[in-house]
Amino acid sequence: MALPQLKQDATDARLAALEMPAGGWPEAARKDALERVKSMGLPSGRDEYWKYTRPDTLVQPDAPKAALLETDEPLVFDKVDRLKIVFVDGVFDPEASDDLAMEHVSIDRLADAPDIHWAKDLYGVLETRGQTPVQRPLATLNTAFATDGVLIHVTGKAPKPISLIYRHDSEASDAILHHVIKVDGGAELTLLENGPAAARFNKCMEVEIANGGIFHHVRAQGRDHERRAATAIFTRLGEESVFKSFTLTANGVLTRNECVIELTGDNAVAHVAGACVGDGDFHHDDTVFITHDALNCESRQVFKKVLRNGATGVFQGKILVKEGAQKTDGYQISQSLLLDEDSQFLAKPELEIYADDVACSHGSTSGAIDEEGLFYLRSRGIEEGPATDLLTIAFLAEAVMEIEDEALQEEINGRVESWLTRRRG
Amino acid sequence: MLEIKNLHVNLEEEDKQILKGVDLTVEAGKVHAIMGPNGSGKSTLSYVLSGKDGYEVVEGSATLDGEDILDMEPEERAAAGIFLAFQYPVEIPGVGNMTFLRTAVNAQRKARGEEEMSATDFLKEIRAKAKELKIDAEMLKRPVNVGFSGGEKKRNEILQMAMLEPKMCILDETDSGLDVDAMKLVADGVNALRDAGRGFLVITHYQRLLDHIKPDVVHIMADGRIIKTGGPELALEVENNGYADILAEVA
Ligand SMILES: Nc1ncnc2c1ncn2[C@@H]1O[C@H](COP(=O)(O)OP(=O)(O)O)[C@@H](O)[C@H]1O
Ligand SMILES: [Mg+2]
Repeated sequence: MALPQLKQDATDARLAALEMPAGGWPEAARKDALERVKSMGLPSGRDEYWKYTRPDTLVQPDAPKAALLETDEPLVFDKVDRLKIVFVDGVFDPEASDDLAMEHVSIDRLADAPDIHWAKDLYGVLETRGQTPVQRPLATLNTAFATDGVLIHVTGKAPKPISLIYRHDSEASDAILHHVIKVDGGAELTLLENGPAAARFNKCMEVEIANGGIFHHVRAQGRDHERRAATAIFTRLGEESVFKSFTLTANGVLTRNECVIELTGDNAVAHVAGACVGDGDFHHDDTVFITHDALNCESRQVFKKVLRNGATGVFQGKILVKEGAQKTDGYQISQSLLLDEDSQFLAKPELEIYADDVACSHGSTSGAIDEEGLFYLRSRGIEEGPATDLLTIAFLAEAVMEIEDEALQEEINGRVESWLTRRRG
Repeated sequence: MLEIKNLHVNLEEEDKQILKGVDLTVEAGKVHAIMGPNGSGKSTLSYVLSGKDGYEVVEGSATLDGEDILDMEPEERAAAGIFLAFQYPVEIPGVGNMTFLRTAVNAQRKARGEEEMSATDFLKEIRAKAKELKIDAEMLKRPVNVGFSGGEKKRNEILQMAMLEPKMCILDETDSGLDVDAMKLVADGVNALRDAGRGFLVITHYQRLLDHIKPDVVHIMADGRIIKTGGPELALEVENNGYADILAEVA
C-alpha cells in the first residue's frame, strides 16, 4: 500500500541523509530493516500512536541544534562501583571507557564486532517482533542505520553493574545507537545508563532474558535542556526471569521512551517504571506495551510525572493478555503532579484481555500539590519551597521505589532533590 | 505571650463572617481552655493563628511576645514558637515521619539562627520522647500519619510538639476520638511540657481532658466570640448543664 505523500516525502528525506554502515554480520538485518522502514514510513503527527507527541523533529533529516550544558555537578552514579562504557556523540570512546573485560560477561562493540553469532540471532529480531500490533518505525530505522552500540552477553552473575555513559560534545550531533543484551539462564546483570548522548538521540536496546535470568536497568536522562531523544527497549522474558527497568527523566525538550515487553515464559516478572520532572519547554512521553503470553506472569508499570511552567507529559500504556495467559497479574498506574495550570498530562491506558483468570488493574490521575499537606508541613516550620519539594519527592517515591537497589534509589532521589533545589535558585 | 485583640475573620471565598471580635490573652506558663458548641469558630481561630490560607483578617490583631504574627508565613510563625496540634492531622504519603520531623526541627533552628541538630542527637531525643508516648519505632518510619489510627495521629501531634518545643501550643480537640488510656498519654505528654515560659490554648468539647490538663482559665466561645471567661469551674458547669444556660445568660 502506498504511503501518504507527506509521509513518503519525510521518509525519503530522512533516508537520504543517512548512510548504512557496510558489511559484517548485521548487514542482512540492516537491509531487512531498511525495507521495513520504507514500507512503514516514519512517524507523522497524523499517526494514532503519535497523537500526543509530535515526531517531526525526531524524523527531520538533520538534528535540531541543542546547546551543551555547562555544569560542575558530578554525574549520576559517580559513586557506584561499575564498569564504564562511554559514548561521545554516539561514538564509543575507548580512552574514557574501562577495560571491557569482566567475569561472566562478554562485551563487544557493535561497530567492530567481528563475528558475534549470538548477537546475529537477536539484532533486529526483538525489534521486529515488537512491530506488531503497533508499528515503531524509529526503532526499525535504528536497526538499519545504528553506527555503534554494545553487545553484552551475560553468562553468570555479573560482579558489578555495566554503566553506559553518554556524552554530548557537538551542538548538532545526531546519534543512533543499538545495544543487544543477552542474559543466559540464571545469569544476572544490572545496566546503568546516563547522559544526554547527542543533540538528537535514537537508541534501541534489545534484551533477551533466558529462563531464570535477571536484568535490572536504571537510567537517568537529564542535563541538556535542548536535546531530543527517542529510545526503545524490546525485551523477551523466559520462564521465571526478571526484568526491571527504571528511568528518571529531567529536562530535554523532547523525549519518547518506548518499552515493549513480551512475557513468553511462565512465572516471569516485568516491572517498568519512570519518574520525570519537567519544567517549561519539556515534552516527555512514556509508551509501554506489555504482552502476557504465558502463565502466572506479573507485570507492573509505575509512571509519575511532575510538570511545571507549561511542561507536557504523555503516557500510553497497554497490557495485552493473550489467550491462555491465565493467572496474569498486571498493574499499571500513571500519575502526574501539575505544579501550575499551564502544564498538562495526557494519558491513554489500555487493557486488552483474552484470558478469563487474570487480575489486571490500571489507574491514571492528574492533580495539583496537596494544599492541606503543604500547610501541615509549613505549620511545622518547613518553608514553602522545601515543603513543596518534600511533597514532590514523595509523589515520585512509588516509581523510584521500583528500583531494587537502595543505593541506586538514593542516587536517583539525590538527583531529583538537586534538580528541585536548583529550580528554587 | 499570645495576645489576640478584637479579631474579626471572614472566609475568603464566601465573604462569610466567622470570628466576630475575639479578645484573648494567654500568659506564659498558663493553660487556657476554649470550649464551645460546634461551628462556633474554635478551629478557625487556631488556623488563623497558625497561618492557613482561605481566611481574611478584616479587623484586629494577634501578637506573640509583642510581635505581629498575622503577617507572617506559617513557617515563620512556627519558628517564632506557634504550634498547632491539628484537629484532623494530615496524612502525607511518601514522607517518612522521621524525615519530616528532622526537617522541621532543623528548619526551625535554622530560621532562628541556631545550630542544626545532629542526626545522632535527634535520634536519641526522638526515641526517648516517642517511648513516653508509646509510639513505636515502626510508626516513626511510616509515612506521616498514613494508616495511623485516630489515637496514633493525636499522639504523633504531641510527639511533634515535644520535639519542636514551641512557646505557644494550640491544641485543637486533641482529645476527640481518644479512649481513656490514650487521652491520659496525651495529657501526660502535654503536662510534661508545661513550663513557666510556655503558654497553652486547649480547645476541647469536654471536661474530660481538663481533668488531666488542669486549665488556669476557661473561655466559652459561641458564634465567633468569647462570651464568657472564668476559672476551671466554668468547664464543670458546661459538663453538667451544657451550653444552653450560658448562651441564654449572655443573649
Ligand atoms: N473553609 C471553610 N469553608 C466553609 N465554611 C467554613 C470553613 N471553615 C469554617 N467554616 C465555617 O465556619 C464556622 C466555624 O467553624 P469552625 O471554626 O470549624 O468551628 P468549631 O471548630 O468551633 O467547630 C462553621 O460554620 C463552619 O461551617
Ligand atoms: Mg473544630
